[in-house]
Amino acid sequence: MLDDFLIRAALAGIGLALATGPLGSFVVWRRMAYFGDATSHAAILGVALALALHLPIGIGTLIVALAMAGTVSTLAAKGWAMDTTLGVLAHSALAFGLVAISYVPNVRADLSSYLFGDILAVSRADLAFIWGGAALVLALLIWRWQRLLTATLSEDLAHASGINPSTERLTLTIALAVVVAVALKIVGALLIAAMLIIPAAAARALSRTPESMATIAAFIGAQACLGGLALSLWQDTPAGPSIITIAALIFAASAAFGRAAHK
Amino acid sequence: MPRLPKGRRMSLISAQHISVAFGAANVLTDVSLAIDQSEIVTLIGPNGSGKSTLLRALLGIVPLASGQVQRAPDLRLGYVPQKLAIDRAMPMTVRRFLSLPQNVRDKDARAALARVGLAGQEGAQMAQLSGGQMQRAMLARALLTDPQILVLDEPTQGLDQQGEAAFYRLIEELRLETGAAVLMVSHDLHVVMAASDRVICLNGHICCQGAPHVVSSAPEYRALFGLGTQGALALYQHAHDHVHDGGHVPAGPAPTTGAKDAFGRSPTDPHYGHNHA
Ligand SMILES: Nc1ncnc2c1ncn2[C@@H]1O[C@H](COP(=O)(O)OP(=O)(O)OP(=O)(O)O)[C@@H](O)[C@H]1O
Ligand SMILES: [Mg+2]
Repeated sequence: MLDDFLIRAALAGIGLALATGPLGSFVVWRRMAYFGDATSHAAILGVALALALHLPIGIGTLIVALAMAGTVSTLAAKGWAMDTTLGVLAHSALAFGLVAISYVPNVRADLSSYLFGDILAVSRADLAFIWGGAALVLALLIWRWQRLLTATLSEDLAHASGINPSTERLTLTIALAVVVAVALKIVGALLIAAMLIIPAAAARALSRTPESMATIAAFIGAQACLGGLALSLWQDTPAGPSIITIAALIFAASAAFGRAAHK
Repeated sequence: MPRLPKGRRMSLISAQHISVAFGAANVLTDVSLAIDQSEIVTLIGPNGSGKSTLLRALLGIVPLASGQVQRAPDLRLGYVPQKLAIDRAMPMTVRRFLSLPQNVRDKDARAALARVGLAGQEGAQMAQLSGGQMQRAMLARALLTDPQILVLDEPTQGLDQQGEAAFYRLIEELRLETGAAVLMVSHDLHVVMAASDRVICLNGHICCQGAPHVVSSAPEYRALFGLGTQGALALYQHAHDHVHDGGHVPAGPAPTTGAKDAFGRSPTDPHYGHNHA
């Protein structure tokens, strides 16, 4: 069954959505959208690093994404003006990555697959990496779920309950770096943040508790992947952007529904 | 109130000579205090005098510049912050909020909500609660931890009059039932005097502390009784010139004629209340 590239693509998308649903919800709750951008754009730099050092792409992106996510949360903890700083980091990471990668011979042809993903070329090994990473992220989030929620709701309440908010911030930082490494092959560096934010935002209007929002976001993400694949096959459009297009359409529908429901 | 002999007293939370600074600004200087079992202690002081900061320092939320805080091992603590801003981006029902971070049973959640006057509000969204309702929800959550101590930052703000009366009855009941101690910040001096075992006046440091009847027996206090929210300010001022002991030995306020000055000087004046230095 895994011989079929379409099945592999669909499984890859579903695996990613299982992790991006809950993690993306935290990104939305904590207003970390730009944080996601900075980390995912750094993935291109990770690709350049991996190619230069002959490392697996997944490892290179993981290392650089971890470094970027760590830098950003350290700066945030030191009270930097995050909006501007993150903007600077996000765009410079992308620019540095693109410049760095241009030094690696024979990669220009593949560049768009790193930027926009190449879900139709997912191999069995990629699939194992994607599901392994997604399972890791999911396990991490479930393990610390109550603490993560409390720290997200209010750092003061967390402290008073004996929870250290910095530990929970670190948990999310690590989870984000892993998701970036996992998502690179599927939607590409430019659209990873979209895969985190759009399904979660679409789930917001339909949910009353954090758990329902995370679950619905995962479901919407999976639907977007399947729908995007179908769109891509039918119209011969690039798969990564097609997935995000479907996610955006679901978001629009959910926002309209949410508005109507609250009238 | 039950008290163990001095020296063998088990303090739930104590602070030894703590100071807190934000950047260059010293907000708390050399504050020492101890809260014992079943004690109701109220912090009073003008706006910006560091009351919330002191609570936050005791809970480990803000770092200390010096000194240390000790909490009894495995202390069960219920905290109601002065303000809780819940982002609309996060869906959160009142029921779900009560189970953070410790899961509580439906039955207990229902009982706690009924106790704070929010019966049947399990399904309401936290972000849509009114100020007073939010206050009640936070109190219910604090009660559900079966606290040995409740740390409450202006718990009656935004409560209607009935709610306020019910609140003070509730903490009195709670103390009788469970022996919980209460450390709270309050501006309504009348009630403070009636409901506390000990009153601590704070203005960056502890200006005075003592049993309310000691504080309120001063002639100035009677003169100030009708002055509403100015009361806390004036009380602080009147007691301030008194000897500082820095510890938790109650200091009886000395009569002064400074009450009028309290209204002439601004509490934001950096030298306000520091005329002893
Ligand atoms: N996180 C912070 N960063 C910088 N300054 C702070 C911070 N928290 C408090 N302060 C400052 O510390 C001082 C004391 O604040 P605090 O909130 O403890 O006062 P308060 O006595 O609780 O006042 P209120 O009666 O208005 O609640 C204020 O001048 C405030 O500006
Ligand atoms: Mg305060």
